[in-house]
Amino acid sequence: MSPDEDLTTILKDAIESRYRTATPVEIRGTGSKAFMGREPAGEALITAGHRGIISYEPTELVVRVRSGTPLADLENVLDAGGQFLPCEPPRFGGAGTAGGAVACGLAGPRRPYAGSVRDFLLGARMINGAGKVLTFGGQVMKNVAGYDAFRLQAGAWGTLGLLLDVSFKVLPKPEAEQTLGFEMAEEEAIDTMNRWAGRPLPLSAAAHHEGLLRIRLSGTASGVADAWRCLGGDEDDDSFWEGLRHHQLPFFQAPEPSLWRITVSPATPALELPGRTLVDWGGGQRWLRTEISGPELRRRLAGTGGFAHLVRTRGARDEVFHPLEPGVARLHEGLKRAFDPAGILNPGRMYAHW
Amino acid sequence: MSSPVPGPSPDFAASGLLRELKGVLDPGAVITEQEARGAYECDGLSAYRQLPPVVARPVDTDQVRAVMRICRRHGVPVVARGAGTGLSGGALPHPGAVLLSLARLSEVLEVDPLNRTARVQPGVRNLAISEAGAPHGLYYAPDPSSQIACTIGGNVAENAGGVHCLKYGLTVHNVMELKVVTADGDLVTIGGQGPDSPGYDLLALMTGSEGLLGIVVEATVRLLPRPTARQVLMGAFTEVGQAGTAVARIIGEGIIPAGLEMMDRPAIRAAEDFVHAGYPVDAAAILLAELDGTGEEVAELTARTVALLEECGASEVRVAASEADAENLWRGRKAAFPAVGRISPDYYCMDGTIPRKHLSRVLAEIAVLSGEFGLDVANVFHAGDGNLHPLILYDANRAGELARAEAFGGRILELCVAVGGTITGEHGVGFEKLDQMCTQFQEDELAQFHAIKAAFDAGGLLNPGKAIPTLHRCAELGAMHVHNGQLPFPELDRF
Repeated sequence: MSPDEDLTTILKDAIESRYRTATPVEIRGTGSKAFMGREPAGEALITAGHRGIISYEPTELVVRVRSGTPLADLENVLDAGGQFLPCEPPRFGGAGTAGGAVACGLAGPRRPYAGSVRDFLLGARMINGAGKVLTFGGQVMKNVAGYDAFRLQAGAWGTLGLLLDVSFKVLPKPEAEQTLGFEMAEEEAIDTMNRWAGRPLPLSAAAHHEGLLRIRLSGTASGVADAWRCLGGDEDDDSFWEGLRHHQLPFFQAPEPSLWRITVSPATPALELPGRTLVDWGGGQRWLRTEISGPELRRRLAGTGGFAHLVRTRGARDEVFHPLEPGVARLHEGLKRAFDPAGILNPGRMYAHW
Repeated sequence: MSSPVPGPSPDFAASGLLRELKGVLDPGAVITEQEARGAYECDGLSAYRQLPPVVARPVDTDQVRAVMRICRRHGVPVVARGAGTGLSGGALPHPGAVLLSLARLSEVLEVDPLNRTARVQPGVRNLAISEAGAPHGLYYAPDPSSQIACTIGGNVAENAGGVHCLKYGLTVHNVMELKVVTADGDLVTIGGQGPDSPGYDLLALMTGSEGLLGIVVEATVRLLPRPTARQVLMGAFTEVGQAGTAVARIIGEGIIPAGLEMMDRPAIRAAEDFVHAGYPVDAAAILLAELDGTGEEVAELTARTVALLEECGASEVRVAASEADAENLWRGRKAAFPAVGRISPDYYCMDGTIPRKHLSRVLAEIAVLSGEFGLDVANVFHAGDGNLHPLILYDANRAGELARAEAFGGRILELCVAVGGTITGEHGVGFEKLDQMCTQFQEDELAQFHAIKAAFDAGGLLNPGKAIPTLHRCAELGAMHVHNGQLPFPELDRF
């Protein structure tokens, strides 16, 4: 494990000098998500050395961590405290930093029942595109002073600022977990997982793949046992969820050239798209391995209210994220200018023009 | 009664604004008579009053857009208002602005039981959403104490909380999609019907933006299944510190109660006198814990919580014997504000959040300040999430007491910031806490807020003079503090 170090001054000076010269910069932790998003542009500025847990008090349910801290280290520390990050951010190839988890905003199978990365973000210290160090939010659960500029950083792919440290709400690990399997077709599985989600059951994941609906129950031992009795189903392997979270399942190595993440309202019927599908997030997220093009996929999704994001591809990475409506795109361009007036932070990483 | 921005009313008749508004709204929906406008002169923070020059009451999205476009053409600002229950003066009228009431957009448009969502107009009351979900066993989780009256548009604007936030989150965690009218009068959709949407998290930015970034004309919110079982229990303590320790122990043991509330002796006594919940009036503090889940889960958690309360030295532990008993235990807490209203002509409700570990120290400091300002205070505390509501008792008819209460409140909020907390947990900055924003944030951060605002509303037409102080105001305030020669609470570490 590398030593804890605070590189605020170095990182601030680096951004400030690039701001003065209008030089694009690629913000990079360990580069574990470099395959995602549009192609990075600019010289890499590595944040991985800015690391260490600043404070962690289990009874406060808050951890504050420097952005370059490996996610695995953070999760180990929380685990020792009997706690965890319920949004389950993925680690691709085992790597990834706390700052990168916030910047890409990706969450694991627990997300529809526990919340997203931004739901567990309590505050952030960051450097904007003009080299100013800014603190938004804090280390408390409820804070409505000023705009939620920290939550805005989740999923912004570093285009609004370089994250210095982030504070998360953490929760106690469930006392008991149980994975159950039910053989059924996709259509029935989608309906079933949504009907169950409408009942007071301790659900913490629901997915369907290759004819098997899997659910995970989390809570007290008695609560989980109670729910199992009520639902029936066969005992299944808990490790499925870690494989899904970190993209280690065989599905993610399938031969089709592109992997898409499609989000829809969870009860949306089976999408009937060419390729292989894995239904995640209780129906709200559909993973698709396919050969069809982005424009074709989005044309087929029209009318469902769904959004399609390209996650992995052997082809070009131009329109990776779902296109924005014109009115919303204008707000994005304004916000980008507000945080990064010279347009130097990860330009083009999300959308072509900014 | 203070008038925040003095000056003559603008002549909206001469400029043609009134005629244009009447042209797009229903008959009677443009209110100009002084008596009728009086109903809108304040929100839940009635210490601040300002008669609006005109009130517009649209019935649908198209009318909201038309009003916004007319106002933009005239360069006239707009203050949006829901039910007017806010506690920070966020809906306080502006003497040069149109007051836009969203109260008539009050339809529940759709409840989707399978997707567990409700699509509602902004004027729908918070509790009405849960009522609409009830036939399907679903409810809307955020429950601010004003939930009978407050509306979802205002809840979104303020990022409203409630007593169940630790487990079920704030408004921001429970809103999925918003339709928003921008300062230009355009209609944009933010978020989506699914779990996420492309681009920046504008949903989080819009939630809690206090009407400065857009006007919410429709919201899709998440509904949750009503838990099968719940239990409410009360622990009484002879020292506040014991109650604080008990909170840390419960959470440290991995129990996340649906609600975890603390009241101090003045609050206990006021509530007990009012609703006779059976609270021990000699206790220094009581804790109320609500546990929910499946039947067996609740039974198990209740036993563990009782044991923890006893280990922490509770002088009395009471487990509700029935649902009626549980309601009764809650009733005292829910009636705490009006109960304090009975024992004092006026009270001023504060809303800081602190790291829970500093509770004893903060309450001790508040007691010292109470002596210093000569005003009593009762404390109600969302103990699970650290959100403290000190109620400062005063009499507005006594010269100088309101000003003293405001100064006392300001000191409490500065104390919250000094221990690593915030000036507002759920009520918002509004008009009330502009000065404390200068304590909470540095100049660069405030400048960033103003840049965000400019990206949405370059002309400054939406709710001017609220939520984010001007840099000039903070500079003047800073100069004043330096002139006084000392920062508040110099003995405390800054972090």
